[in-house]
Amino acid sequence: MAPAQVEVAHPTAHGGWWSVTAHWLTKYRRVWFGTAVSSFLTPLLYLAGMGYGLGALVDSGASGGIGGVPYVVFVAPGVLAATALQVATGETTFSVIGSIKWDRLYHGMLATPLDVRDAVVGHLTFVLVRVASASVVFMLVAALLGTVRSPWGLLALPMAVLGGMAFASCTYAFSAGLTNDQGITLMFRFVVTPMTLFSGTFFPIEQLPGWLQPVAWATPLWHAVDACRAFMTGRVDVASVAVHVLYLLVWLVAGYVVAVRVLRRRMVV
Amino acid sequence: MPYRSSRASEPTASQSTASQSTASQSDGSRSDGSRPDGSPPGAPASGRAPQGTGSLISARGLVKTFGEFTAVDGIDVDVRPGEAFGFLGPNGAGKSSTMRMIGCVSPPTAGRLRILGMDPASQGPQIRARLGVVPQRDSLDEELTVEENIWVYGRYFGLPRSVVRRRATELLEFAQLSERAGSVVEPLSGGMKRRLTIARALVNEPSILLLDEPTTGLDPQARHVLWDRLFRLKREGVTLVLTTHYMDEAEQLCDRLVVMDHGRIVAQGSPRSLIEEHSTREVLELRFDADDHSRHLADVDGIAERVEVLPDRLLLYVADGEAAQGEVARRGVEPLSALVRRSTLEDVFLHLTGRTLVD
Ligand SMILES: Nc1ncnc2c1ncn2[C@@H]1O[C@H](COP(=O)(O)OP(=O)(O)OP(=O)(O)O)[C@@H](O)[C@H]1O
Ligand SMILES: [Mg+2]
Repeated sequence: MAPAQVEVAHPTAHGGWWSVTAHWLTKYRRVWFGTAVSSFLTPLLYLAGMGYGLGALVDSGASGGIGGVPYVVFVAPGVLAATALQVATGETTFSVIGSIKWDRLYHGMLATPLDVRDAVVGHLTFVLVRVASASVVFMLVAALLGTVRSPWGLLALPMAVLGGMAFASCTYAFSAGLTNDQGITLMFRFVVTPMTLFSGTFFPIEQLPGWLQPVAWATPLWHAVDACRAFMTGRVDVASVAVHVLYLLVWLVAGYVVAVRVLRRRMVV
Repeated sequence: MPYRSSRASEPTASQSTASQSTASQSDGSRSDGSRPDGSPPGAPASGRAPQGTGSLISARGLVKTFGEFTAVDGIDVDVRPGEAFGFLGPNGAGKSSTMRMIGCVSPPTAGRLRILGMDPASQGPQIRARLGVVPQRDSLDEELTVEENIWVYGRYFGLPRSVVRRRATELLEFAQLSERAGSVVEPLSGGMKRRLTIARALVNEPSILLLDEPTTGLDPQARHVLWDRLFRLKREGVTLVLTTHYMDEAEQLCDRLVVMDHGRIVAQGSPRSLIEEHSTREVLELRFDADDHSRHLADVDGIAERVEVLPDRLLLYVADGEAAQGEVARRGVEPLSALVRRSTLEDVFLHLTGRTLVD
């Protein structure tokens, strides 16, 4: 019995995680304009409203700003890190459940040589592209408004992206375990929003009641905000920045490991 | 050639020459040599498997459980190169569970499974590189266009962009979707989506095409188009493995098939041999003006080898339908309608499982 079919050997038998990223980018092409506009307008609105509006009140007080800088300079790094986190969360929640349950994209992927790891890495790489480009736009706006006070400020960019990705791998893991999208709504309401408000984004965490401060230290956002603020104001303490980076890397790796496990348990049955 | 390096030490390597090109697209980084039985399709028996040699797919005592529930309960299957093999069975029989194990996306709970001579547990990616999969539920990206769906899918197999584009054009022609190449998938009809799923499954030029209910939900016209396409693939040497609820589809397409029920195989053979073995040559269908057709069982007593009572009719299994009809008339029994037909797989199915197929 000879095989009836003579095939051409395939150059490679595996598209790798990059082919998954390519898929998400192809999808994104349809909506990029809307997100590009919003990633430009969001910092503008925040910095104008919070920075200058609220800032006028803060700066006219006894302290004359926060920690010796005008409020807008204080708040810009916070909003940068928070924006990166918002984008990262937005791209790792509904789309993850959807790819498992609704349009079943992951089922399609895993019928090919790709592995669960490829699906996760490919998806997160797309998220990285989204977070990075939103952060770049933000930085441009922030720089034009004069809120970047130091050449170190450039390093706030990778810092914000790292903060976003550290949280993204965790929200990915969380979403991959959900059976419906209720959990996503709850997560936004009870995790993302409070974290955005109380992680030193809009005011120093020293203003929080004493018992809440350790909670703020535990959040990835506070670490990202604190490091971004150090870079953009030029008051860099290398040791504390190193701690922030390490802490966020732990979140990133832990989230990734759990995400792969959860997705595998979900898909390989 | 790097992709052959993992095979160098294999005893079968020298036996399988021309077919080698189909046998492995492994990336060469796998050289653990853990599977010395990676014989390519149709390669001479490696002597390792006394049963199922020469099979593209070979399963022995295959089991799949979900918690306490046993969906597939120890089945043996052999699919030979180039044939069209069917799984028939009522809802919940375990057809899709079996197909998913063959597709190397669902690990067997127990039993031995070899696909293209490889072990899904250790060589899943290499096997999947050579399978085309049409799942029961579509997994298309409905936000993308028809052609984009094939492009992104082809990239999963590591095919170069230019190759993917060329194949997409050919495959859309094949699936009669060329005019819709640039349309977004979401608003397309169910039949078009199904054809796209099949076209997409062919992007890697698979050796085996797995089709889980390929024509469910299609109109008769679309089904015939699809059957024609599947025939063509078969002529080109693609091995087809399909599940279906449609007897005519099974009779048309399958060289051999198995009937599954409650996770077990209850019969197997060619459509013709199954009918010969499990049914009579002809069937006399009698309809009465009655809510309960079993009331008329006495009227036909002794006429048929076997009688099935359906909610809306009696089926009399007989060698000669005309003669049986004459006997019914002679007894003065007056059904609303009487019809003589040849036995079909539906009758085999009814006999074996006590159920009609589409229940
Ligand atoms: N992931 C799962 N978890 C739990 N039970 C499952 C799972 N997948 C299948 N089953 C159960 O296994 C049994 C067989 O399912 P399967 O999908 O294989 O049947 P099928 O023959 O394809 O039926 P149908 O004709 O309806 O498609 C069913 O009772 C189903 O509920
Ligand atoms: Mg099924």
